[in-house]
Amino acid sequence: MTMSSESQNPAAPSAEIDTDYLIGQDNIQPSIGPLKVDIHNPVFALTAGSVIALVLFCLIFDKIAADIFGALRPWLTTQFDWVFAISMNIFVVFCLYLVVSPLGKIKIGGKSATPEYSYPAWFSMLFAAGMGIGLVFYGVLEPLNHSLTPSFNQPGILDASGNIADAATVDAAIKLGMASTIFHWGLHPWACYSVVALALGIFAYNKGLPLTIRSAFYPILGERVWGWPGHLLDSLAALATLAGLATSLGYGSSQAAAGLHYVFGIEATVELQVSIIIVVTGLAITSVVRGLDGGVKILSEANMLLALALFLFVLIFGATSGILGIFVDGLVAYGVNLPALSNWVGRDDGYYFHGWTTFYWAWWIAWSPFVGMFIARVSLGRSVREFIICVLLIPTLACVMWMAVFGGTAISQLVNDGYTGVQQTIANWTPELSLFHMLELLPLPLFTSVVGIVLVLVFFVTSSDSGSLVVDTICAGGKVDAPMPQRVFWASFEGLIAIALLLGGGLGSLQALAIATGFPFAIVTVSMCYCIWQGLRTEPV
Amino acid sequence: MYSNIMVPVSLAHIDQIDKALKVAADLARHYGAKVHYVGVTSALPSEIAHNAEEYAEKLKAFAKQQASTHNINAEPHTLISHDPAVDLDLILEHAEVTICADLVVMASHLPSFADHLTGSHGGHLASHSQISVFVVR
Repeated sequence: MTMSSESQNPAAPSAEIDTDYLIGQDNIQPSIGPLKVDIHNPVFALTAGSVIALVLFCLIFDKIAADIFGALRPWLTTQFDWVFAISMNIFVVFCLYLVVSPLGKIKIGGKSATPEYSYPAWFSMLFAAGMGIGLVFYGVLEPLNHSLTPSFNQPGILDASGNIADAATVDAAIKLGMASTIFHWGLHPWACYSVVALALGIFAYNKGLPLTIRSAFYPILGERVWGWPGHLLDSLAALATLAGLATSLGYGSSQAAAGLHYVFGIEATVELQVSIIIVVTGLAITSVVRGLDGGVKILSEANMLLALALFLFVLIFGATSGILGIFVDGLVAYGVNLPALSNWVGRDDGYYFHGWTTFYWAWWIAWSPFVGMFIARVSLGRSVREFIICVLLIPTLACVMWMAVFGGTAISQLVNDGYTGVQQTIANWTPELSLFHMLELLPLPLFTSVVGIVLVLVFFVTSSDSGSLVVDTICAGGKVDAPMPQRVFWASFEGLIAIALLLGGGLGSLQALAIATGFPFAIVTVSMCYCIWQGLRTEPV
Repeated sequence: MYSNIMVPVSLAHIDQIDKALKVAADLARHYGAKVHYVGVTSALPSEIAHNAEEYAEKLKAFAKQQASTHNINAEPHTLISHDPAVDLDLILEHAEVTICADLVVMASHLPSFADHLTGSHGGHLASHSQISVFVVR
């Protein structure tokens, strides 16, 4: 987008926050050899230092780390299940309120702002950062899993002796199973992302504050956001993003290797896994150097087309006739069961509520600074109402369709064809193989499995790429034009952490820690709702 | 010989590109050329401005000040990039299409831009465009 200086309109009335803080005023610009860097002091040091310390801790004291961090996450998600449940419910209600409220008319970037990205590009980037990998891994497994062992301790599609239950029970179990799956991938996660993204978008584009997490807290903390409360918020967000990305990359490499082994029979050795991390990191670096438009946007769009192709393939060759029914019934069941599933009081279905729901809630919230900041970056010019509809409602529908097609086919394979391939991946807990087992019954399994592997790898590249962009921006005090080598540093750093923990053990510990950051961020994100409301109220309508 | 000189500027690093600015002005006076100051920003707040409009205002003021100091004809060009850290293509396209520049004068210290131009992209520019490039060290 180009704009010549002659075509400038007189400045529109603005609601910019009047602060003496200058972006980059706390930055230092040391030279490392021939490279100049531009980093926030102390956020950069705090983030890099704590990540290195934690990685070393997980490597050297792997047993102790596994004990501490391994117990931390389940402890938080069972003892504080109510914190996660209440927070996520608040996000959904708040977002739906904004859609109908007059505040929905306000545009991100002010009245004269126009969208920078087309709808397809925008949606592609939402999924590429937000949940692309998860959809590929759990799209097949989760609907079947929740139909086998539904929430609220309801009977599943198999009876006690392992045979298909009677038609009425099967029907009810599938409906509840779909509702329970959609619950984890629908309104709640996207509302969480929407809140963080909207807060950052409003306070950066409309209020003129740097694009970092701390800026959203100006209404609460005032000038103190530029001090230590802000340093800690930003560092924690960057730390959670880095640890989450690096451990996902580590696990993702073993999952991709398992996929390669299953499809091609290649031995899934550690060398293969390390090679996968190096290739993914290399591609992410290439993409990050090419910038937002030349890298992550192109990759996201290409992967979206590939995902769409796989989606249509399974829709046509899978359990076509049953899928529409599962989609509609699932959506209706989601609506019916939403209040009961969202309720946290007196739950006795611990396997579902603690093992899945609050685990997911912690996970989505821990990822929300990363995904939210990336969404904020690409959402200029959208009105609040349009933003919520597009980031909350449309992705929810897309996820429901994805789950209905992939999960619905897997359910039909078990119930109608008696095929236990996908069920085995649940019993043996190898979620990375569910997709391949499901594709096995459809035509051209080799070809579609390769498409599946490519899909996962490219989603890893786009996550690593957008994650590096976000971590770099946070650690450069909100500067989006900091020198390129910094992004390369963060992308390589992620790859190195993944390799170190893969070889030395400790992936699980660091990932548990990353997810545990969901707890403080739950409270942080709830406060963001108040800040958004304050921010929007002071905008000229 | 030259009629449109493009000078990529970074408003945050004016002190580091002083020499290049003087060279550009001297050449402009010598050839009676117009100087086009090109700055890249994003819609996000930066150390220079809270938004792109404010950036454009500042670049305009900068061009005006250069014009009166050096007694030259100057024009500001604000380019908005989604990702100003990788602005090379945007600047080059603008130089070729909009400005029709026949000379680029730039400081070797200009972050990102000079890194590209003095690196592998310099060869690309030399072989694919008619523009002369003067990197002031």
